[in-house]
Amino acid sequence: MSSQMAPSPGAAVRFRGVRSRWGALALPGAAALAVFFVVPLAYMLVRSLSDPSPRNYVEVITSSIYLKSYATTLLVAVWTVVVCLVLGYPYAYVMARSSRPISMILGFCVLMPFWMSILVRTYAWTVWLQDNGLINTFLLRLGLIREPMALMGNALGTTVGMAQVLLPFMVLSLVTAMKRIDPALELASRSLGVGPVRTFLRVFLPLSGPGVFAGGLIVFVTALGFYLTPAILGDPTKPLISQLIVERVNTLLDFGGGGALGIILLVLTLVILLIGARFVDLKEIVGLRGES
Amino acid sequence: MRRVNPAVGAAAALVAVFLVAPTLVVIPLSFTEYSVLNWPPHGFSLKWYDEVLTDPTWRSATMTSLKVGAGAALAATVLGTGIALGLSRGRFRGKNVATIAILSPMIVPVVITAVANYFVFVKWGLTGTAAGLIAAHTVLGLPFVVVSVSNSLSRFDRNQENAAYSLGASPLFAFFTVTLPQLLPGVLSGALFAFITSWDEAIISQFLSSPQVRTLPSLIFSQISSGVDPSVAAAASILLAVTAALLASASIIGAVSRRKRSS
Repeated sequence: MSSQMAPSPGAAVRFRGVRSRWGALALPGAAALAVFFVVPLAYMLVRSLSDPSPRNYVEVITSSIYLKSYATTLLVAVWTVVVCLVLGYPYAYVMARSSRPISMILGFCVLMPFWMSILVRTYAWTVWLQDNGLINTFLLRLGLIREPMALMGNALGTTVGMAQVLLPFMVLSLVTAMKRIDPALELASRSLGVGPVRTFLRVFLPLSGPGVFAGGLIVFVTALGFYLTPAILGDPTKPLISQLIVERVNTLLDFGGGGALGIILLVLTLVILLIGARFVDLKEIVGLRGES
Repeated sequence: MRRVNPAVGAAAALVAVFLVAPTLVVIPLSFTEYSVLNWPPHGFSLKWYDEVLTDPTWRSATMTSLKVGAGAALAATVLGTGIALGLSRGRFRGKNVATIAILSPMIVPVVITAVANYFVFVKWGLTGTAAGLIAAHTVLGLPFVVVSVSNSLSRFDRNQENAAYSLGASPLFAFFTVTLPQLLPGVLSGALFAFITSWDEAIISQFLSSPQVRTLPSLIFSQISSGVDPSVAAAASILLAVTAALLASASIIGAVSRRKRSS
């Protein structure tokens, strides 16, 4: 199966010229990445330190507006992970353990939204959640409520929208881990007279731990940088860090302050990922060399 | 296989509904007759589609999105295939670091990429241009191509190339006649995903668009803040339909290549 099987010694010598040139094929792409991705990020770093001075960071770390925003951002990210885990765990379990047609349907339901525009999905939530939206209209007509409930424009709306967008990441991480659990282990536990609930708690749940960790990590980190969903469904008076970055740069044209906020968010994201990568394989999360 | 507890199965079914159903509401909404949100939708009308397809603002946004998506997909596919080949076959130090660097556009929050691009693109005069949007979206689509082509490469047996060389084929000839045809499914699905990435992207677009050059998601985003108007629903439905069609093509490509492999 391996493509990296070494050719015969003679062939290796004969084709050495061919082999050594392959690396060069990566150069144009690497150059594009450098010019349009690395240079902009580096320039952002420079601006954040020099426009007008590194004091940007002091302001961004000490001002109460920003501190509150970091707290809100972390809180929303934690809630999103919790909701994704609660919804994703049974879903992934069924997907990993049911017969082929059912697991294919569930796989479709999770991959379809994965590729669907986040903007459209968030916009669709406004149709459901706004004051004269579907849910409030329905409940008002049934007489269950007297006036519309605030379902969006607050942390609830943001969390619901973000959880729905990020749920596929959680489910896919969980399924990968759960498929590795040998069903015979549970059978063994049951045959020793252990009940189904305890078998789940003592055998299946601990073994699915790596999936929970990987899914939680990727959802948490992605949630930290989410912009569209909080901008559309969230509370404008309690902006997340991403919204403050956009406001700084786009509305106030404060490149230094916005840049500093951006660098802090970036460093936070990378540090959490690097710590997390000690425990899970990040390549697996992005789908590199995963099962096909 | 053990049977799944029915209660857990029901929970999974509800979550499946939560994943898929809320989004689909934009489709009936796009066919309503009145501009105010009403449920159930009253009447049936195509006028919002008519508006999106004929109104110059919507039309030009759609055209810009198609152009930018095609340009970014093409560039990302060519560059990304090169990267995948270089990473898997080249011999150089720091391959792991290089892999992470190349996948980093997937990891860095898009809002940060957008702001950073905006900073330098203002200086380079690339804001409000299709070229600027294409450049930024190319970088975003690159990792998808690299992952998809790398996965194809890991299934490709290098000895076939050596066989071609031993029969006198030049490296280029061998690559285009032996290797590339077998990588094609990976290359094509990478291209499709790169297009979808650009087609759906709203944040970078919001920063780099101008009133003259603006993508469909960017226009939808600014319209959402001005209230729920069914023409937004029509535009959103078009966005979904195009993505769905491309996803279907990608899965057909996948299915065909799997069948070829197994036969």
